[in-house]
Amino acid sequence: MGYTENELAKDLENQEYKFGFVTDIESDKAPIGLDENIIRFISNKKEEPEWMLEYRLKAFEIWKTMTEPSWAHVKYVKPDFQAITYYSAPKQSKKYESWDDVDPEMKATMAKLGISMEEQKRLTGVAVDFVMDSVSVATSFKSKLKELGIIFCSFSEAVQEFPELVRKHMGTVIPITDNFYAALNAAVFTDGSFCYIPKGVRCPMELSTYFRINEGGTGQFERTLVVADEGSYVSYLEGCTAPQRDENQLHAAVVELIALEGAEIKYSTVQNWYPGDKEGKGGIYNFVTKRGICERNAKISWTQVETGSAVTWKYPSCILKGDNSIGEFYSVAVTNNFQQADTGTKMIHLGKNTKSTIISKGISAGKSQNSYRGLVQIHKGAENARNFSQCDSLLMGDTCGAHTFPYIECKNSSAKIEHEATTSKIGEDQIFYCLQRGISEEKAISLIVNGYCKEVLNQLPMEFAVEAQKLLAISLEGSVG
Amino acid sequence: MIKITNLHASIDGKEILKGLNLEVKAGEVHAIMGPNGAGKSTLASVLAGREAYEVTEGSIEFDGKDLLELDTEDRAREGLFLAFQYPIEIPGVSNVNFLRTALNEIREYKGEEQISAKDFMAMVREKSALVELDAKLASRSVNEGFSGGEKKRNEIFQMAMLEPKLAILDETDSGLDIDALRIVAKGVNTLKSSENATIVITHYQRLLDYIVPDFVHVLYDGKIVKTGTKDLALELEERGYDWIKAEVEAK
Repeated sequence: MGYTENELAKDLENQEYKFGFVTDIESDKAPIGLDENIIRFISNKKEEPEWMLEYRLKAFEIWKTMTEPSWAHVKYVKPDFQAITYYSAPKQSKKYESWDDVDPEMKATMAKLGISMEEQKRLTGVAVDFVMDSVSVATSFKSKLKELGIIFCSFSEAVQEFPELVRKHMGTVIPITDNFYAALNAAVFTDGSFCYIPKGVRCPMELSTYFRINEGGTGQFERTLVVADEGSYVSYLEGCTAPQRDENQLHAAVVELIALEGAEIKYSTVQNWYPGDKEGKGGIYNFVTKRGICERNAKISWTQVETGSAVTWKYPSCILKGDNSIGEFYSVAVTNNFQQADTGTKMIHLGKNTKSTIISKGISAGKSQNSYRGLVQIHKGAENARNFSQCDSLLMGDTCGAHTFPYIECKNSSAKIEHEATTSKIGEDQIFYCLQRGISEEKAISLIVNGYCKEVLNQLPMEFAVEAQKLLAISLEGSVG
Repeated sequence: MIKITNLHASIDGKEILKGLNLEVKAGEVHAIMGPNGAGKSTLASVLAGREAYEVTEGSIEFDGKDLLELDTEDRAREGLFLAFQYPIEIPGVSNVNFLRTALNEIREYKGEEQISAKDFMAMVREKSALVELDAKLASRSVNEGFSGGEKKRNEIFQMAMLEPKLAILDETDSGLDIDALRIVAKGVNTLKSSENATIVITHYQRLLDYIVPDFVHVLYDGKIVKTGTKDLALELEERGYDWIKAEVEAK
């Protein structure tokens, strides 16, 4: 009971989007627009090896032939890809030798976001990689992890120092050709996190990346690659915020997870990009491709709490390639005001005895639209595959929408697939019951919503779960009655 | 404790309460009986402040305050408790968390400090024993998967935790077997003091064998038409309501 109702009440006073500030820091930017020169510029800035540049240029060529997907249940003004700055780095960000070298303004930003990088002061034991705009600013606990052979660093650093690992795995789960935004990311990605857990090692702490968009007019294109070698385990957390702006900013990330034989990866996201204002102005376009591959006996578990962004288009998926592998997807997606979310998962069953679980909880309020889109695909060789899906929607008020698009493709008759779906409104009876016990309406909604999401919130590491509960309450502020 | 004067209330434009008068003093137990559709549950809903009901006339004074001026949650915080006829399920919210939230909201309203986790758990143990509620139920989701009897006992458990001044039991006996009835009654009787009061709404005299009322009122067609002692309940059990209806119509 670390977090009391009192604290929640205090946090609620601070309701609206509290990460909307801008850090006043000089930045090093690429010229606006996108062409081959920009890609060379980025690659050069990052002092990348030739193969990386070639990879980028190839992706750019492919991207140019692709068109933006339009099948999602979202409406927005398509971004002008020539009006975006593709590289922006806080100046003096050369390479920090130690924490003491970090710009004080940057330290203040992290403090405001509640990120503590000072290892000796850190009690909870979470290693953090902080990515602002296009570059990773700092990574903590590196040396301690190194003793176990764990690599946790920025993507750029990994390209320099562990090129063979990066080259071997990058793009194997999400190829350049996968989709429009993945191709764009492959061409212009600027940083992100890289993580490698050696054979049989259980990572002793949560690894965490905090993504922050700061500059206006920029896009954020980061790439995360997590490789869990045979029999290893890692729990990975990702948090995101951005300043409050009238413009729509593009965030197109790629996350690839590789769980080798018997490995387990738990990947949790609390996404709180700026959602735009109450009239639907501004906010982040969150177009993200996330996918993991499981070898024999491996397990990948995605947990996401999506409260931010103006438009979300995101389907963290699992390819269950190895026999007996397991994929899980736990999601809470909240939309309020004019937010739109089209999110879900794909579970691709290739191996025998593969199992997948999908628990999706959508909450829509205001004039928002919230869609679950999921695919369960059982291939021919997937003997005894099992899937259980549960998609619940909760509506608040009568001007929002909840939609469910479940796709099931089954080519093996031994498979068992279950799908449950419910749609409910927060009952007046439930609210009245709470009120009659002396609980205010605001708190009643927070209680009921948190109860509704409990199965998903329970999957989050403790510290994140508390954060997520607060976020839910703040996101739904004033949406009933 | 509570004084209801000439209360008129309607739902969806239909008048249900038509000039109801009732006064309950501290330390008293009042039973309200009456045929189906007389307005018994409406009275409970109006007192608790359910939004769908509209009070068109009359006044209610509760512990020196104008009850009708208070919001639903403030009525609860002032010490008015309604044991629901059909307790509501709240999936995913533990009974304990629900009650701790309620208790702290009430305390905050009164300017008191939050209850410590230790004191709270001690209180849960003590009060759940009172209604023989399995400790496991305290940590389960509010009313979810509870049997009918467990739901009713849970209502009395909540009442014990929140220590109201005025408790309204709306058909708390419905659907209870004799053992459960005894347990519920024992709980109510134990909580009774000279400082609080109870209104028992019931169809059957049976409950009144266990919770002995000081007064029995008959509610018919939106008004209290007859008031007596426990003997009136016995007479109703024996003779039904037709003679009351006849009496009212004769006037």
